[in-house]
Amino acid sequence: MLDSPQTPLVSVRDLKMHFPIHAGLLRRRVGEVKAVDGVSFDVMEGETLGLVGESGCGKSTCGRAVLRLYDITSGEITIDGAEIGDTSQSKLRKMRPTMQMVFQDPQASLNPRMTVEAIIKEPLDEHTKLSESEKREKVGELMDAVGLNRQFAKRYPQAFSGGQRQRIGIARALALNPKFIVCDEPIAALDVSIQAQVVNLLEDLQEQLGLTYLFISHDLSMVRHIATRVAVMYLGKIVELAPREELYAEPLHPYTRALLSAVPEPDPSLATSNERIVLQGDVPSPANPPEGCNFCTRCPSVMDICKTVEPEYFEVAPGRFTACHLYQNTNDTAD
Amino acid sequence: MPDGALPVLDVRDLKTVFKTRSGEVHAVNDVSFSLRPGELLGVVGESGSGKSVTMMSLLGLLPSPPADVRNGSVMFDDKDLLNVDAETLRKVRGGKIGFVFQDPMTSLNPVFTVGVQIMEPLRKHMGMSKKQAAARSQELLELVGIPDAKRRLGDYPHQFSGGMRQRVMIAIALACDPQVLIADEPTTALDVTIQAQILELMKELRTKLGMAVIWITHDLGVIAGIADRVMVMYGGQVVEHAPVANLFNDPQHPYTRALLKTIPTIHGERAARLTVIEGQPPIMTAPPASCPFRDRCDVAFDRCENENPQRYDLGAGHDAACFYNARTGAPRDA
Ligand SMILES: Nc1ncnc2c1ncn2[C@@H]1O[C@H](COP(=O)(O)OP(=O)(O)OP(=O)(O)O)[C@@H](O)[C@H]1O
Ligand SMILES: Nc1ncnc2c1ncn2[C@@H]1O[C@H](COP(=O)(O)OP(=O)(O)O)[C@@H](O)[C@H]1O
Ligand code: SF4
Ligand code: SF4
Ligand SMILES: [Mg+2]
Ligand SMILES: [Mg+2]
Repeated sequence: MLDSPQTPLVSVRDLKMHFPIHAGLLRRRVGEVKAVDGVSFDVMEGETLGLVGESGCGKSTCGRAVLRLYDITSGEITIDGAEIGDTSQSKLRKMRPTMQMVFQDPQASLNPRMTVEAIIKEPLDEHTKLSESEKREKVGELMDAVGLNRQFAKRYPQAFSGGQRQRIGIARALALNPKFIVCDEPIAALDVSIQAQVVNLLEDLQEQLGLTYLFISHDLSMVRHIATRVAVMYLGKIVELAPREELYAEPLHPYTRALLSAVPEPDPSLATSNERIVLQGDVPSPANPPEGCNFCTRCPSVMDICKTVEPEYFEVAPGRFTACHLYQNTNDTAD
Repeated sequence: MPDGALPVLDVRDLKTVFKTRSGEVHAVNDVSFSLRPGELLGVVGESGSGKSVTMMSLLGLLPSPPADVRNGSVMFDDKDLLNVDAETLRKVRGGKIGFVFQDPMTSLNPVFTVGVQIMEPLRKHMGMSKKQAAARSQELLELVGIPDAKRRLGDYPHQFSGGMRQRVMIAIALACDPQVLIADEPTTALDVTIQAQILELMKELRTKLGMAVIWITHDLGVIAGIADRVMVMYGGQVVEHAPVANLFNDPQHPYTRALLKTIPTIHGERAARLTVIEGQPPIMTAPPASCPFRDRCDVAFDRCENENPQRYDLGAGHDAACFYNARTGAPRDA
């Protein structure tokens, strides 16, 4: 909280993750889904980078690709000094402890046939040489850390509420003392009153253990609460990245503006005074993105150039990045 | 909205119990509310608080067993919907009362075209010919803002995006010019920009068609933007009910007050730490003999253990079911 963190723990450059589309009897490759299509960003040591955007824009794919849960199409990924973009999966296994993931659906991500203890212990079995009793003690400490009663160790996940299940997932992710955790919608499946508990827990753990988070969410109010900086994705690309306060106070990209104005505020007086930008139409398919700027089919400020030339992603002001022709001119004249 | 107007829908003391193998679940306990013509009543509450069961009960949509609608009355069109024959109820449902549920049971059928599914209630409830129904279907799709409506009538649900499918659902609910529309979390699964489109559409339709709406959501932001009045549910009961501005500016029930504090916002002050409502929702295995919120309430006292509070009238259309008077900071008189 004191100094703003400066050293990147994670650096991503021009990351692409394209999934092939197969069709016909011979399952021939007929195209590709450009789920992540050239994104670049850093995550500073100890910070929380929020990654927001609408369903299908590529947030989860991006988070999973950064952890190399996929063999990526192209790009560079550096985590804690190691370049892992083209590292083989067998070598990656040894590096797994540094980086972990917490998933959206606490129900689906926990094996129903394993006890809570076995679930949290599994990564210790795989990656450490601790004795059984040491492992059990470690599991107990992890349960304490996430606020789960140790007496629940022998129960199965089904016996827990959604918020408690998410705590189990977090305890498991913490087992190997990771530095970097990708949290993919960790609260989306939880009730409003439980969301706050899990978010507070993530914040406490970050402070105690010096964790760095990539926090994926479509909840812009919650991201404003938890993130240090925020990246906004649209159709496989980052369209804007900025420190939290600046992004919410003065969004630059037309998509960010529309997105923020669409968030319903729990205040009836704001509801009537705020001008809402209602976007027309739906997000185009990532298998067939439009020519030029990806947002040109829905953008209220669209210009001719937007339909042919893709805007470059660049730093408009210190720490503020965006990809939009509205700001490109200032860049040209500045050089 | 006209304050003195007679309600179009009046629900009194509704009580629904599920009989399960592990015992009874008292899902809805003495819920009462009314809906005036043209108004939008927002219903909020955490998951399991009884919002959906309330609406399904009053429409007679719950299979029995396990559901048992034990008590109450639902007055609509001079009839008690809990005491009419199945045929009359079927006519009201999807006719004068339209509904959109998130429930898959009521969502679109993948094997029929969208056109066929919109035409069905028109032919069934309004006795339209095929030609009339087709024309009206196109009108309805246009009304909910689907471009190229005529051609799209021949498309199957999977050819529409999530937001468009939800618009189609709304079009079907609106098919027979309902006096009342019941929408259960109709935008929860949608993205905010698509949700904004639907909310905009709702406002427009209400002024155009003058229908009354019940809108269930867990999103207080949505409620603030579209509701006239709000009903807060907790543990199968109505715990607070007020005009929208009063509910947000002057919440009285401890649950509502806590709920409003737990949610972060886009514009307001950014809290260093989120407020948490500690504890778990009640397990509703018996009729409540005490206040359902007592285990999580920070101002609970003896009386809350021994009695379940009734809804106290606080004036100006505002009521709260709580023994504690938040305005004076003291217990209410008996
Ligand atoms: N294995 C895959 N094969 C083909 N397409 C995929 C695959 N995984 C994801 N996609 C596609 O890539 C795009 C991005 O998906 P992704 O899951 O990253 O979205 P998201 O932003 O996380 O969305 P949500 O908010 O709904 O979780 C989508 O169009 C999706 O259908
Ligand atoms: N078919 C069922 N059998 C048993 N209990 C049920 C059934 N359907 C709902 N319930 C219970 O009724 C209560 C209210 O549920 P519901 O109305 O769906 O809540 P919500 O406010 O989230 O819409 C919950 O405790 C739920 O578990
Ligand atoms: S580049 Fe053009 S279309 Fe794209 S966001 Fe900017 S103004 Fe809109
Ligand atoms: S009745 Fe008692 S326990 Fe219930 S909300 Fe009021 S003060 Fe709290
Ligand atoms: Mg996702
Ligand atoms: Mg429900």
